[in-house]
Amino acid sequence: MKQYAKIIWALWIILALVGGYGLIERLVTGHQLATYSSYVPWGMWVAAYIFFVGLSSGSFLLASLYYVFKITRLERIARLSLFTAGVTIIMALVTVGLDLGRMEKAVSVFYRPHFTSLITWEVWLYTAYLILVIMALKYAVRKKLKKLDPQVTKDDDQRLKRLMTYGIPLVIAFTGAGGALFGTISARAAWHTSLYPVIFIVGALLSGVALMTFMAWAFCDNHDESWHELLQFLGKLVLGLICIELILEWAEFSIPLWYGVGSEAELVKFVLFGPFWYVFWLVRILLGAVLPLYLLMGKKDAKSIGIASFLVAVTYFAVRLNLVIPAQVTPELRGLEHAYLDPIGNHLSFHYLPSFFEWQVLMGVVALGMALFYFGQRYLSLMQTLNNREVSR
Amino acid sequence: MNKDRPDRTPESEERRAVLGKMASATFAGLMLSGVLARAQDAAPQKTPIPARPFKGSSDANQDVLIRMQGELERAMQKPINERRWGMVIDMRKCTGCASCTVGCVMENKLPPGVVYRPVIDEEKGTYPNVTRTFLPRPCMQCETPACTPVCPVGATWKGADGIVVIDYDVCIGCRYCITACPYQARTFDFGQHWTDNAAKGEDGALALKSARAYQDPPNFEYGKEWKRREGIIPKSPVGNTRKCTFCAHRLKVGMLPMCVSTCVGRATFFGDLNDPKALVSELAGMANATQLKPEAGTHPNVYYLV
Ligand code: SF4
Ligand code: SF4
Repeated sequence: MKQYAKIIWALWIILALVGGYGLIERLVTGHQLATYSSYVPWGMWVAAYIFFVGLSSGSFLLASLYYVFKITRLERIARLSLFTAGVTIIMALVTVGLDLGRMEKAVSVFYRPHFTSLITWEVWLYTAYLILVIMALKYAVRKKLKKLDPQVTKDDDQRLKRLMTYGIPLVIAFTGAGGALFGTISARAAWHTSLYPVIFIVGALLSGVALMTFMAWAFCDNHDESWHELLQFLGKLVLGLICIELILEWAEFSIPLWYGVGSEAELVKFVLFGPFWYVFWLVRILLGAVLPLYLLMGKKDAKSIGIASFLVAVTYFAVRLNLVIPAQVTPELRGLEHAYLDPIGNHLSFHYLPSFFEWQVLMGVVALGMALFYFGQRYLSLMQTLNNREVSR
Repeated sequence: MNKDRPDRTPESEERRAVLGKMASATFAGLMLSGVLARAQDAAPQKTPIPARPFKGSSDANQDVLIRMQGELERAMQKPINERRWGMVIDMRKCTGCASCTVGCVMENKLPPGVVYRPVIDEEKGTYPNVTRTFLPRPCMQCETPACTPVCPVGATWKGADGIVVIDYDVCIGCRYCITACPYQARTFDFGQHWTDNAAKGEDGALALKSARAYQDPPNFEYGKEWKRREGIIPKSPVGNTRKCTFCAHRLKVGMLPMCVSTCVGRATFFGDLNDPKALVSELAGMANATQLKPEAGTHPNVYYLV
């Protein structure tokens, strides 16, 4: 890890500079530089938002395996997982906040909520979750930072367990509701499936666990026996989740495509054979499933597990993109694409390719996430726990 | 455009002056309807709709515009919840001229990227056996709108008279409603202006002046004055979702929706579907009256005669 510190710093500085400029542009020019439109109203930022939410839910559930279900071999990774859950949910909220047309009014979801909307439910559940994660982190961390009265430590452990227990249904609720947010939109044939809440939960677990497995591999310098055991365990978990996810994805794609008739079949064909076919075949299937499966079932050494998990976690973004974008690229009324054009910003278009500005803003959010991680490892002794270098309780 | 012209000639100056005057006159004319609506709206009780010979009448022999005007005034006498505004568009008469689109853009002062009533031009068949159909697409003011329950802050709802409205002061611009509409009748105000990247060169200043004369004055949707502006905290409706309201601000003062008034082919009909004698009710009840995407379950209040 230490040998990569310079590279990570350099990367962070680039992301922070480029992304910071993007964030300023976002504030000054609003949405004008984005390429999403009135016909593809949700672009890459929405995909990134559900991607980050998935990472958060998955890492939280992984942490709960230790804090609630006492799977002790996860102890080393539990606190880092909980912290990752907090960081990624913040990244998700920042991303979706920047996606709003009127960011300054976002708080109105609290004082004038409209509970028929799944967005309202999501905002309320995320807020409860963020508070819960912060409280849980407090109890998980403070006993490691300073010497506490044994009774306080015991109370903290109990509180932590209780919080994490409440957190499980909460996480399942908002992750499933994330799927429902799309699934309930009957106007978009590709979204309108009851499978989405389930796919979202499995996808969250897969991407979150894969991210934590990668971190356990990359950020740990103490490669002792228990670390190898931890990685083997996590590797199997990732392998199992990839398989379940692939089955669900098969169901999602094959059902509309089987007879090849109907608008949904067209949308699936767009994903598989359209102009962005490589996002599915190369990024999603090759890098996100075939290669990781090969690595996880082959040598099964720590490096293979680490690299496989990295690939799964990162390429899951392609799954999110394929979920959000293709459902919007065909006109609901044939011919609408030519009916009236926007000569200034092309915001009445069905073609969508994220602009550099959108990538910039995303880089800014990633830089923010990295900064929060730095803070965590610096002040919350997360890495010491991962390296198993502290006095055991 | 005039790069190769060495110097301004007196003729060119004169032409520019004439153009300038024309531009102001045109924009004044275009603005008139909106200004009128606002002026009347400012004191609605004190400004009775002037008496006209056709007031409240439903004479089948009248010009349809005159008949609909009378029916509109009759409907406005009723309590709001007894009206149900509807529209009928005769696709056989629509010539695809897009006067309705342009009228709507002018009336609501729509910026680039925002459109309430595009006309879809569909070509069918292969040459030489080709036909074209034109389908103007306003908001359907659905009976069970798909766009309203999704709003996280209740910024959009179906009013008592059946018009689906958006409160720009409340909308947070999440665009969920845009995804939910099966007719893609909602567009997002990205904060663009017609003068962005506008003409440069010799006539650039004149072009900008003319365009600004159009874009800078406020619009009067929902009977309120909106001065849109981009910025760190934009001014509504920038950053909001926007949609057709059947020109609710015009109806309030007894004027037909702009697209009905500007329809060259007399192909757009408007009125109270709760009034059995109204022209729209008659037309909507015809055997060839259809709705767009009835399978969407939204029960549109816009009918098409095919
Ligand atoms: S046409 Fe679309 S925007 Fe208009 S009421 Fe229906 S669902 Fe809402
Ligand atoms: S864009 Fe505005 S009106 Fe539409 S759902 Fe969001 S807050 Fe509501």
